[in-house]
Amino acid sequence: MTTRGKELQPGLLPRFTLWRALIYIVLIAFAVFYLMPVYVLIITGLKSFAEVNLYRMWDLPKGFYLDSFAKAWLGSQAEGFRGLSGNFFNSVKLTVPATILSAMLGSINGYVLAKWKFRGSNVIFPLLLFGMFIPYQSILIPLVVVLGKIPWFGGSLYGTIPGLILAHVVYGIPITTLIFRNYYAGIPTELVEASRIDGANIFSIYRHILFPLSMPGFVVVMIWQFTSIWNDFLFAVTVIGDPQVQPITVGLNNLAGSYIVQWNVQMAGALVAALPTLAVYIFLGRYFMRGMLAGSLKG
Amino acid sequence: MRRVTWERVTSVLLLTPSVLAIAVFVYGFIGFTGFTSLTKWNELLPDFTFVGLRNYQSIFANLRFQYDLRNTVLFTVLFLIGCLVIGLLLAFLLDQRIRAEGFFRGIFLFPMAISFIVTGVAWRWLLNPGSAEMGSSGINLLFDKVGLGFLKWGWFTDPTIWYITPESGAGQFLKEIGLGGLTTSSIGISLAMTSVVLAATWQMSGYTMAMYLAGLRAIPDELREAARVDGASEWQVLRHIMLPMLQPITLSAVIILGHTSLKIYDLVVAMTGTGPGFATDVPAYFMWDITFLGNRFAQGAAVAMVLLILVAVLIIPYLAYSIRTEAEV
Repeated sequence: MTTRGKELQPGLLPRFTLWRALIYIVLIAFAVFYLMPVYVLIITGLKSFAEVNLYRMWDLPKGFYLDSFAKAWLGSQAEGFRGLSGNFFNSVKLTVPATILSAMLGSINGYVLAKWKFRGSNVIFPLLLFGMFIPYQSILIPLVVVLGKIPWFGGSLYGTIPGLILAHVVYGIPITTLIFRNYYAGIPTELVEASRIDGANIFSIYRHILFPLSMPGFVVVMIWQFTSIWNDFLFAVTVIGDPQVQPITVGLNNLAGSYIVQWNVQMAGALVAALPTLAVYIFLGRYFMRGMLAGSLKG
Repeated sequence: MRRVTWERVTSVLLLTPSVLAIAVFVYGFIGFTGFTSLTKWNELLPDFTFVGLRNYQSIFANLRFQYDLRNTVLFTVLFLIGCLVIGLLLAFLLDQRIRAEGFFRGIFLFPMAISFIVTGVAWRWLLNPGSAEMGSSGINLLFDKVGLGFLKWGWFTDPTIWYITPESGAGQFLKEIGLGGLTTSSIGISLAMTSVVLAATWQMSGYTMAMYLAGLRAIPDELREAARVDGASEWQVLRHIMLPMLQPITLSAVIILGHTSLKIYDLVVAMTGTGPGFATDVPAYFMWDITFLGNRFAQGAAVAMVLLILVAVLIIPYLAYSIRTEAEV
């Protein structure tokens, strides 16, 4: 255990000792702790309604029943509660455009702040960054007032998905700008200078040099924004009151807060709400990490 | 001084929409909230009559807000300790050339991908204590099964607040030295809050682990080797080489976790609500309730400004420090 390397080579693994056994035991214990809620979510979601019993919560299901998922998804007219399917698609309609718009804005801002610094740009940057740390409670009241004043198809943006998209795009500017600025700072400025000598301008440099190199940056930013917008509750519950329009986090909270909904249906609903971001995490975990570490400024 | 070219003008123009948006939606809105907090707008229709700091007086006099501040302090302290200790421990263990490191890392980190609402729903049922008539449920049931039944308790349903009562010896003493004001349930420890801390730590400790692991990997091997050659033990290497070098990471983690904990809202909504006797209530919850359910906009704005000031005290020095160290590199 005194040697160490970045790459693990089987032949170089340290000898198995009591100390190392202890390490694995602790790691496995923690893994069990982290997986415990997921275990309960899954086994409860898979139980039949006859089996569901709070006092037999840890028992494995006797078969493979999808009744709870069906009920969480479709709702039940007889029992009088709505399913999450509508909320799920509201979240899709919210998250996809907001994520794309955020990433585009962030890329442009990051490009300017990394490669076209002007006098005052290093004052503007921290002023932008402050926006990602504020408690959003301090802007909620004017946000509701202003969204209520922006006309939108005969009504106002308040209570609509586009209103919520606007909020997420604006408050996403700091983090997306930060990630892209740091990303572009890593691309040699000589590349930009050389193409300027060749006659390229601010737009063609972006289009032909920076943008083609931007894919990893876009992946990181889009994963970050997708996850935070999908998971957001505060903006959604404040801006949208109509249950037909609410995103899934609000829908799930209503479902879980209702006394007529069985708890296995709530658990199945929670799993449905978590699935898209979990899928992103499982398939693109490496980029997810990078976005997270960028959130701590040091990325 | 560089020449002004159309490109320099364009570069500024490209940034303008975002700068304007932040100027209005962040700074303008904060200004509006600050202004609202000084007015009489405590009913549905706006009334911008200036009343000075009266709204701040009424929220600080409000017992619920006092409890919220009490709960936030406890939450922040325990949550920070939990995440830092677990994060550092896991990072250190994962750095010991572990088989299936990626597998463990993936498991420790996945809660970060999940919404606080999902976490809240799951943990609400896990920590549901059950009832005397029907028996235990959730973790309490698990305790029963493995023979640790004595660990069972009410979790977030327990209304107990530990505080110094005026009648107790310590309370009498405080009264004598003129600190009788400390003997109140507004200054104490809400046991129910620890359940929320548990769920929040479950969600965020992997993040601290990832930060520390990145930090450990950035420490050159030569440094540790040199220390070992000089006869330092593993513990000394950790204590005198690694920990000091991880200090900037600890600072970042404290800032990130600290401002998260001051703003915590969704988790409490989904998991416990305000709890028995506001035992798990937090300022963000109070703000939303009085503003959007109670229509006391000016008081809600005052709570929001208090939250903002708390966060700003934490964030502004950190931002200044980050930007300065970055400029030096």
